[in-house]
Amino acid sequence: MSQPQEFEKVLTGSVTTVAQFEDHKSGLKRLQHFLHSSPAMVPLIVLLALILFFGIAKGEKFFSAYTLTLIMQQVAVVGILAAAQTLVVLTAGIDLAIGVIMVLSFVIMGNMVVSYGMPAGVALIAGFLVAGFCGWVNGFLVSKLKLPPFIVTLGTWNIIMAICLIYSENATMREADVTAATPWLHIFGISFKIGPAVVTLGVLAMIGLYVVLWYMLNYTAFGRHIYAVGDDPDAAELAGIRTSKVLTATYTLAGLIAGLAAWVSIGRNGSISPSTVVTDFNLQAITAAVIGGISLFGGRGSILGVLFGTLIVGVMSMGLNMLNADPQWKVLLTGVLIIGAVAIDQWIRKVSG
Amino acid sequence: MEPILSARGLVKRYGRVTALDHADFDLMPGEILAVIGDNGAGKSTLIKALCGAVNPDEGEIRLEGQVMNFTNPMQARNAGIETVYQNLALSPALSISDNMFLGREIRKKGLAGSVLRMLDRGAMEKRARDKLSELGLMTIQNISQAVETLSGGQRQGVAVARAAAFGSKVVIMDEPTAALGVKESRRVLELILDVKKRGIPIILISHNMPHVFEVADRVHIHRLGRRLAVINPKEHSMSDAVAYMTGAKVPEGAVAA
Repeated sequence: MSQPQEFEKVLTGSVTTVAQFEDHKSGLKRLQHFLHSSPAMVPLIVLLALILFFGIAKGEKFFSAYTLTLIMQQVAVVGILAAAQTLVVLTAGIDLAIGVIMVLSFVIMGNMVVSYGMPAGVALIAGFLVAGFCGWVNGFLVSKLKLPPFIVTLGTWNIIMAICLIYSENATMREADVTAATPWLHIFGISFKIGPAVVTLGVLAMIGLYVVLWYMLNYTAFGRHIYAVGDDPDAAELAGIRTSKVLTATYTLAGLIAGLAAWVSIGRNGSISPSTVVTDFNLQAITAAVIGGISLFGGRGSILGVLFGTLIVGVMSMGLNMLNADPQWKVLLTGVLIIGAVAIDQWIRKVSG
Repeated sequence: MEPILSARGLVKRYGRVTALDHADFDLMPGEILAVIGDNGAGKSTLIKALCGAVNPDEGEIRLEGQVMNFTNPMQARNAGIETVYQNLALSPALSISDNMFLGREIRKKGLAGSVLRMLDRGAMEKRARDKLSELGLMTIQNISQAVETLSGGQRQGVAVARAAAFGSKVVIMDEPTAALGVKESRRVLELILDVKKRGIPIILISHNMPHVFEVADRVHIHRLGRRLAVINPKEHSMSDAVAYMTGAKVPEGAVAA
């Protein structure tokens, strides 16, 4: 053992008990600590409160298995995109192109079967490949050229939107034409009944995707690396994580998930319309992720929260519809929820400050 | 005796600033080598070159006689060089055990691990807990608590424990006692001697002269981007060392090799 220096000799007589502090945490402090360790709780509480509110206001009409499963069907596509967005946001990035990647992907899937007469399998693979490639390009520009994700995806958003409209000549493919070629593109539109509840395969795909991603983020090394890269990229690099590989893989995976959203979207909408490329799917996905408690600064939040965040928007939209409210109220309340969610995120973070 | 880790003629320029100016370095097996130097002398750059975080413009680094060209810290780690960085390199939002195993996670055995890539949380937490209590560095109630909820000293303890647990050839410690109290510093010094006892050489970068002179076998004095001298702490006083590194005196019996 090392020889203690003179002033350190008194250490042998020092108190060895673990520091004890009087536990006088207020209820609020405890709540803060609880929310810090379980970030999905805030959106879950908000979701349950909203369901309760509309349930009381509209009674049976809202609070029925039919209505609640209808909401699930309505949010499936945005829910899948929000999951992709979440992965990117967890790395402290943002993907503004996620929506147009989806639209380009389903336009390609549709064109392959309708215009080129390809089998459904080839069409789907082509759609997924293009979506994954678009994601890879984003990832390459962010990780290798070190460009800010906002700028990269702002650029690719415009580029992909233009490519989509030029390539498709903005021609809508009718549902009948697609169905005549193959039933496979509409597979996620297939629904079945459990009592009064109507479940589509698209809804199951969304839920399945969330389960898989939840597993990946929490129980695999890749998932932990996504958090570490978003949390502190320099520390992650020094700790031995190849941060650029993780970033490229994350953006590529987000693109592939947008490909899944494309497939589900064909099932939900029936027809394939390139003009939807101007819809703000990207902002809807970011909204769901933020309301779901994912921090835009990266590294924090739970993917299950995003599922609740998606449902919050869906429940609000459906509930306000049933109350015959002006649809702008939904927009207004979404804005309030976004600011509220970020304010709560900041408060929870102070737990360590 | 052959040095286990050595460097010859390392040069690193940042724009017009030369951080390393043909610096040499030698670490002998089983020794504790302290690296001291004024602020801006290039200590940190030297250390970062040795652990792969910085790619030198010129010069070569040898580990056990083999030329190593680390381009990232992972390669140095795989070669058995483990580092405690000054900024600790911990991810605040991840748990203690996640941090200790970052980049070298243990997977479950069987299909769950090979096909589903499932992490073996239990095994990682157990090893992390064992390591931390073995070091007696801190009193942590919950191994799965986020690192950001720990105090500065506890975080330092986690970083030191990580390096001590995995270092197989060389352990590098950059200011390991800077953020610690008297008692915790003493523990870290004991830990350094512990690691040495296991036969693993240590590079210790520190501004704390009493600590340096207490544990180091040799002291590497870095000045103006190069090695000025290597002295034996038993033959020189602390004020000599400070005089050498600030340029007030020039060492006479400087060891050349």
